[in-house]
Amino acid sequence: MYIKPGHFSILWLALGSLILVSSSAFADEFTKADLERWQQEYLTVVKQGREVFTDPNLGNNGVVCAQCHPNGANIHPETYPKFQQQLGKVAPLWEMINWCIRNPLEGKALSADDPRMIALQAYITHERRGVKLAPGKH
Amino acid sequence: MSNINRRDFIKSAGILMAGTALPLSTIEMVFADSQQNFTFAYISDSHIQHIKGKQFVRNWDRGLMRAVAETNLMDPKPDFVIYGGDLAQLAKKSEIDHGLELLSGLRHKTYYVMGEHDYYLDLGEYWESQLGPQYYSFDHKGVHFVVLNSILTYDDWTYNRWSSGEERMNVMAGLDNPNGSPFMVGEKQRTWLKADLAKVDKDTPVVVFSHSPLQKLFKNWNFWTEDAEQVQALLQPFKKVTVFYGHVHQIQYNQIGNISFQSVMATAWPWPYPKTYAQAPNYMPKLTVDMNRADPFFERDATGWQFVDIHNGNAAMHYSLANNSRRTVAFNTQTGRPEDMKYQDHRIPPQTHY
Ligand code: HEC
Ligand SMILES: [Fe+2]
Ligand SMILES: [Fe+2]
Repeated sequence: MYIKPGHFSILWLALGSLILVSSSAFADEFTKADLERWQQEYLTVVKQGREVFTDPNLGNNGVVCAQCHPNGANIHPETYPKFQQQLGKVAPLWEMINWCIRNPLEGKALSADDPRMIALQAYITHERRGVKLAPGKH
Repeated sequence: MSNINRRDFIKSAGILMAGTALPLSTIEMVFADSQQNFTFAYISDSHIQHIKGKQFVRNWDRGLMRAVAETNLMDPKPDFVIYGGDLAQLAKKSEIDHGLELLSGLRHKTYYVMGEHDYYLDLGEYWESQLGPQYYSFDHKGVHFVVLNSILTYDDWTYNRWSSGEERMNVMAGLDNPNGSPFMVGEKQRTWLKADLAKVDKDTPVVVFSHSPLQKLFKNWNFWTEDAEQVQALLQPFKKVTVFYGHVHQIQYNQIGNISFQSVMATAWPWPYPKTYAQAPNYMPKLTVDMNRADPFFERDATGWQFVDIHNGNAAMHYSLANNSRRTVAFNTQTGRPEDMKYQDHRIPPQTHY
């Protein structure tokens, strides 16, 4: 990890206060309640992803992803990264998502860390859960 | 024409044609007995979608314009055209009007089938005011044709759950929306169908047009008709029955008893096969050789229209596919089922969906 010099002391201050507040919470010890909360956080983003996936305002023509990809089908997140002939390179999932936002939705591409882009990937991957990873597959 | 004028329409249709690989005049049917054999064209699922003002989704407009332009080039001319339903996206007047305007370029008698995207806003009222009854039959060259409205559903869902027609339409328009409801023909129409068929000789070939499959294939996406068995039971006594349906936006075919089933492509966009959804079981026919996987970089890929030739009461469906070679699925009298003329036992890699 790279820490900017100026932030160094702030980090130590933060750590120090953490140790003071909850001395029992070691990083390698988490409870069932923690697990449930993390799952809940994840599912909340999956749900937001479904909302983006069906949002007529994501693009500019009212078309939504779910119109062509019911339940996120035919998106194959397990095959990424993979070579895309028309892009002429190996691409990650989010670049292909942007391709569909720009073309069928006639919209503007999202940045890779846009919360909507992350939510879209969470939803798409969730609908594909249980399928074996197959990077590069066409 | 209110949204694009006639000259623009013909001009853009011409441009579209210049880009097509196959001159449609190469379609020539060879018939033993020209009296009883004929062709018709089949266009379906255009999903004309209103944005605002005079704007419609360009992609869907293009699909329908291309199908109309190509149908007009068929030689010999088709005896008629079937429009298989889902002309509109949200059943708005503006969408039905714009769709019919694009279809007005057709130089053929056209019969219409109701799709759920034409219906659930006003329960088919505007569609009916423009196109006539929602179910009917007619006879042509010795074949009895039946058109059904197969996208009805339970009354409780239709009448008791929604604050507006818009809300109801929006829910039914989401193929994967869990608050949707299974399609059905319904008792009233089945009673009508029974009476209609009672007048028809059992040796007369029967062809049925519905929007939904009249089979139970995949409930999650309404590739499904709730009372399929009851409708099939009315059709089974006939020697040669073919059911053609839209809605699924992909190639499917099947044989159940005396009934052949064949689906048509959409002009708007293709749909994934149910097996590509990892979380739910499906009952898709093993017989089908799937359409080629779509390349998203070509917006018309895996869309198309088709023409059907009926010879001695048996059907052959010719899929005219943008950016793909044409496919023919024809009834094989030896095996007694529809089969792909080229790929039935020789599938190619793009036909593998996962
Ligand atoms: C007009 C229909 C249409 C719309 C709308 C659409 N797509 Fe696509 N998309 C396709 C088709 C067709 C494919 C190719 C499917 C295949 O590989 O079989 C595809 C492929 C993709 C792929 C690459 C899949 C792979 O297997 O590599 C991604 C990712 C994707 N779409 C995401 C989206 C997202 C997210 C949206 C909404 C922003 C969207 N699409 C909207 C038609 C559409
Ligand atoms: Fe449709
Ligand atoms: Fe439909």
